[in-house]
Amino acid sequence: MAAIDQRMSLLRSIQELEFTALELNLYLDTHPDDPQALEYFNRTSEELANLKMQYEQQYGPLLSYGFGKNAANAKAWSWAESPWPWEM
Amino acid sequence: MWIYEKKLEYPVRVSGTNPRLAGLIITQYGGPDGELAASLRYLSQRYSMPTERARATLNDIGTEELAHFEIVGTLVYKLTKDATVEEIKAAGLAGYYADHDRAVYPVSAGGIPFTAACIQAKGDPIADLVEDMAAEEKARATYNWLINLSDDPCVTDVLRFLREREVVHFQRFGEALNHLQEFMAEKKCY
Repeated sequence: MAAIDQRMSLLRSIQELEFTALELNLYLDTHPDDPQALEYFNRTSEELANLKMQYEQQYGPLLSYGFGKNAANAKAWSWAESPWPWEM
Repeated sequence: MWIYEKKLEYPVRVSGTNPRLAGLIITQYGGPDGELAASLRYLSQRYSMPTERARATLNDIGTEELAHFEIVGTLVYKLTKDATVEEIKAAGLAGYYADHDRAVYPVSAGGIPFTAACIQAKGDPIADLVEDMAAEEKARATYNWLINLSDDPCVTDVLRFLREREVVHFQRFGEALNHLQEFMAEKKCY
């Protein structure tokens, strides 16, 4: 698989997991006492954090303001140079 | 406080340059039932909500609408970035081009710039939540009409995702409204 495809595939997995987390988040806003949904949310959120860490180590920060990490091997600031969502 | 995440909520692909379609879809960027209007409406209404559930629902859906604003902006950008002036003229967008070139600017499909006059924050939580439910239905209907007008299957796929989100938001606002009505009825008992 080409490097760009690998990156897009990892990003796609993050998008899928984050969508699940968002959907559960909105559901839990109006069903705060549903233990099954809460457990599902916690599990999804942990999996999502792991994938994001993996992505950021390879491709640079997903999040701004210090919530994301510069790529592990980068010597310069990678936030501004990596492609924006509308350029992908 | 918001933290920007350098990705879209849903991937956006287009089949090719299509300024005609961009000129229609832009209505969900800056039109009366668009994503910017939705976001500003919910994020402004949340301050005066009396229940935890209503505040959380407005905050989190208002935030998701910002992600949709970005998805629609990305669609418009990708459909127009390589358009020639001839193509733009043929698509009926010469007036838009005169003011904005190929920049993405919040207007309705009819060319009216975004205005906060199309939203409300009434201070009456029932009135506000009922408006929000109507707003979701109006946005869902707009996506329906846009799907009818779309001749690009990749764009239609994104429009279908956005239409589905309106249905989910309508459901969540309905639940927040029911809970709020119970809360207000209880408050009167003493």
